Amino acid sequence: MRHGKYPFIIGFLVVPVALYATFVVAAYLQTFQLSLTSWSGLGKIDYIGFDNFVKLWHDETFWKSIKHNLFLLILLPIITIVIALVFAFLLNVGGGHRGGQSRGVWGSKIYRIIFFFPQLLALAIVAVIFGRVFGPDKSGMLNGLFPASWKPWLFLADERYAMACILIVLIWQAVGFYVVLFSAGMGSISDDIYEAAALDGATRVTLFFRITVPLLWSTIQVAWVYLGIAAFDAFALVNIMSVDRGGPNGATSVLSLMIYRNAFDFSQAGYACALGVVLFFLTLTFAALTLRVTRRDSVEA
Amino acid sequence: MTEIFAKTEVDRRTLLRRAAAVGLLATPAVGLLSACVGGGDDEPTTQASGAKSADNPLGIDSKAGVEIVIFNGGLGTAYATDVDTPLFNKKWADAKITFSQTEEVSTVIQPRINAGNPPDMINNSGSKLMDFGAIVKAGQAADLTDLFAAPSWDVPGKTVAETLVPGAVEQGTYDGKPFAMNYSYTVFGLWYNAKLFTSKGWTIPTTWADFTALCDKIKAAGITPFGYAGANASYYMVRALLTSAAKIGTEQALKDIDNLKPGAWTADPIKQAAQAWGEIGNKYINKTFLGLRHTEVQLQQDQDKVAFYPCGSWLENEQAKDTPAGFEYAVCAFPSVTAADKLPATAINAAAGEIYFAAAKGKNPQGGKEYLRAMLSKEAALGFTKLTKSLTVVAGASDGQTISPGLTSANDVLTKAGQDVFVGYLFDTWYKKLDDESRGAVNDLMFKGGDAQKFCDRMEKASQAVAKDSSITKFTRS
Repeated sequence: MRHGKYPFIIGFLVVPVALYATFVVAAYLQTFQLSLTSWSGLGKIDYIGFDNFVKLWHDETFWKSIKHNLFLLILLPIITIVIALVFAFLLNVGGGHRGGQSRGVWGSKIYRIIFFFPQLLALAIVAVIFGRVFGPDKSGMLNGLFPASWKPWLFLADERYAMACILIVLIWQAVGFYVVLFSAGMGSISDDIYEAAALDGATRVTLFFRITVPLLWSTIQVAWVYLGIAAFDAFALVNIMSVDRGGPNGATSVLSLMIYRNAFDFSQAGYACALGVVLFFLTLTFAALTLRVTRRDSVEA
Repeated sequence: MTEIFAKTEVDRRTLLRRAAAVGLLATPAVGLLSACVGGGDDEPTTQASGAKSADNPLGIDSKAGVEIVIFNGGLGTAYATDVDTPLFNKKWADAKITFSQTEEVSTVIQPRINAGNPPDMINNSGSKLMDFGAIVKAGQAADLTDLFAAPSWDVPGKTVAETLVPGAVEQGTYDGKPFAMNYSYTVFGLWYNAKLFTSKGWTIPTTWADFTALCDKIKAAGITPFGYAGANASYYMVRALLTSAAKIGTEQALKDIDNLKPGAWTADPIKQAAQAWGEIGNKYINKTFLGLRHTEVQLQQDQDKVAFYPCGSWLENEQAKDTPAGFEYAVCAFPSVTAADKLPATAINAAAGEIYFAAAKGKNPQGGKEYLRAMLSKEAALGFTKLTKSLTVVAGASDGQTISPGLTSANDVLTKAGQDVFVGYLFDTWYKKLDDESRGAVNDLMFKGGDAQKFCDRMEKASQAVAKDSSITKFTRS
C-alpha cells in the first residue's frame, strides 16, 4: 500500500494539473508577456516595454471603465445582499411561529421558485429580454406602461441612466441565488433561538437584526466576494444590452468589454493584454482584501 | 431546498478562494486565443502549383484541393455552393473544393492563420470579421496582381480587371498592391417607399431646401421624415454625413480623412455637412431612435412610420421578409447641401464591399485565386445577384435582368450618376478605433443638439490620436 501511494496520487493529479497549467498558468504567462508588446493579434510581435501601460494611464475610456467597475463593485453587492436578505427572511422566518417552527410568509414556497427563476436563464437571454424592457420608445415594456402623455425615457441610450439600467439587471439576476444561499444559512440557525427570542417578545424586525443577520454574517461575506467578482465582469450584459457596445459615449464601458474590443475589434492584442494584467491585479487585490477582512472577523467571533 | 444547501457545508475560506479563482479565470482569455504566439511565421513546406498556360493562367495544380470558408450572413452561402463551386469544378474536375461556413470569421480563421494552417480562400465579413489591414501587414494575404491581370473566365479578350467596375481593384489595394477582392457592389443613398411617395405626390429632392421643405410636409403627414438606428447602426449616418461632405468638397475631403491629414475633420466641407445634418437631427429625427437597433428602425420604415433611411443596397434583401405588399424600395442620391457643391446632386457613393482573399501561407494559394477568378466570371456574378439581390463588381453582369424594384432603382441611380461615382472613405476599415469614435460623435450630433463644431473637433482629436499612435498600422491612399 505504501509503495503504491505516490503513483496513486500522481495518477489523480496529473490530468487536472496539466489542464490547469495549459489553460490557466500558461495563458496567464502569455498575457503578461504580450502586455509588453505592440502585437496586433496577427503576425510579428515587437516588444515595446511598458508603453502599453503608459498609454493606458492616459486613456479616458480606461478611467471611465474603472469608474463603472467600481460603481458596480460598491452597489451590486450592497443592494443584492439587502434585497436577498429581506426576501430570505420573509420566506423562512417572516411568517411567525407555530408549533415551535418558524415559517415563511404565506405562499413562500411559490415565491422561492419564482425568485430562483432568473438564475436559470442564460445571461444572453436575460440581456435580450431587458433590452426590450428598457426599449426607448413605446414598444419598450416600461415606456409602454408609462402614461401616453409622457415623453419616452431613453434608458440605455441616456448616458445618465445607462449604467444604472445595467446594474438593475445584474441585481435582478443575482437576487434569486442569494435568496437560496441565505435561506440555507437561515435553515442552519436553530429554531430554539428564534423561539426563545419570540417568547421574550422580540418583533420580526428585532429578530432580523439581532438574530438572523449576526448568525448569517459568514454567509453574507461569501456572497460579498462572489458579487464583487461578478462586478468585475459584467461583460455579457454590457456587450449585448448597451447602445453601441459600451456606449453611448462610453457610458457603460467596463474593463472586460474594453479588453474584448481592443483584442478583437481594434486589433490591439498587446494593449488588451495590458488591460488584462490590470484586471488581474484588481481582482487579486479585491480577493486578498476580502480574505484579510474575513480572517480578522473569524478571530473576533 | 433549505436542507440540501444546509448539508453541503463548505469551509468558507475554501469557498472564498474558489470565488477568487473564478474571477481570475476571466482574464487569460486573450492569451489563450493567441495560443500559438508567433507560430504564423513559418512557411508551409510545399504550396501546390502547376505549369502556367493560356488555359491555366494562374498556374494551378489541377489535382490539388482548394479549401474555402464563406461567411454565413445576409448573403447566405448558396452562391458559393450552388453557383461558384459547380462552375469551378466544370473546368477543374479533379480539384476538390472543401467548403465550410462560419458566422464568426475571426474566431474560426484567426487561430488557423496564427498556426500557419489557413484555408486557401476566405470570405472575411460579418460583425466578427478580421482586421484586414493587420492581415495584409502580417503578410498573410496573397498578392492578387496576377489574378487581376489574368484573362477573364468568360469574357473573351479582357483581363479580369477590365471586366470590373471602376474602383473595384483600388478598393482592395493596400500600399500599391491588391490583396482583397471586394465582390459585392453597394449603392449608398436615401432609401424610401416609392409607392408611398407616389401616393402622397412627394417628389425626390435634389437641393437641401427642397429636402427640408419635403421633410416638413412628411412631418405634417405624421411620419418621421428621417431616421437611423443609434444603438448599433450609427455608421450609416456617418456615411450619409461624409457623402454630403464629399459632394461639397469632392472626394478629396474624404481622402484627407483617410490619410489622417491634420485639419481634415475641421475642414469646411465636413463642417458644412455636419451643420446641415445636425439641423435635420434637431428638427426631423425621432429622438428615441438613439436607443434602437437597425432592424427596429427598418421595420418602422416598412410600416411607413419613417420616410427616408440612409443605407446601402443590401437593405431590400435584408428586409425581404418584413416588407409588406404595398412597399416598394427605391433609392435616391443625397441632395446637394449648398448651391456651390463641387459634385452634382446626382453624384453617389458606391463601393465594393465583402472581402474575399487568398491566404498567402495556405497549401494552395493559386487555387484560391483561381476560385476568385471563377467568382469574377459573368456567369457567377449573375448567379450571385439573383440569389442575394446584391450587385457585384463585375460590370454589367445583371444588365437587362429584372430582379427586384430596389435593385433596379439602384442601377438607375448608378446610371444617372455617370462618372460621378466615388468610392467614399476607408478609415472605418483601416482604423477601427476612429470608426468607433465617429459613431459616438455622429449620435451626439444628430440626437443631442446638432453642434457641428463639437463633432468636427472631437473627430479631429481622435484622428490625430490615431496618427500619433505607433502601435496602429497606417495606410495611405491617393
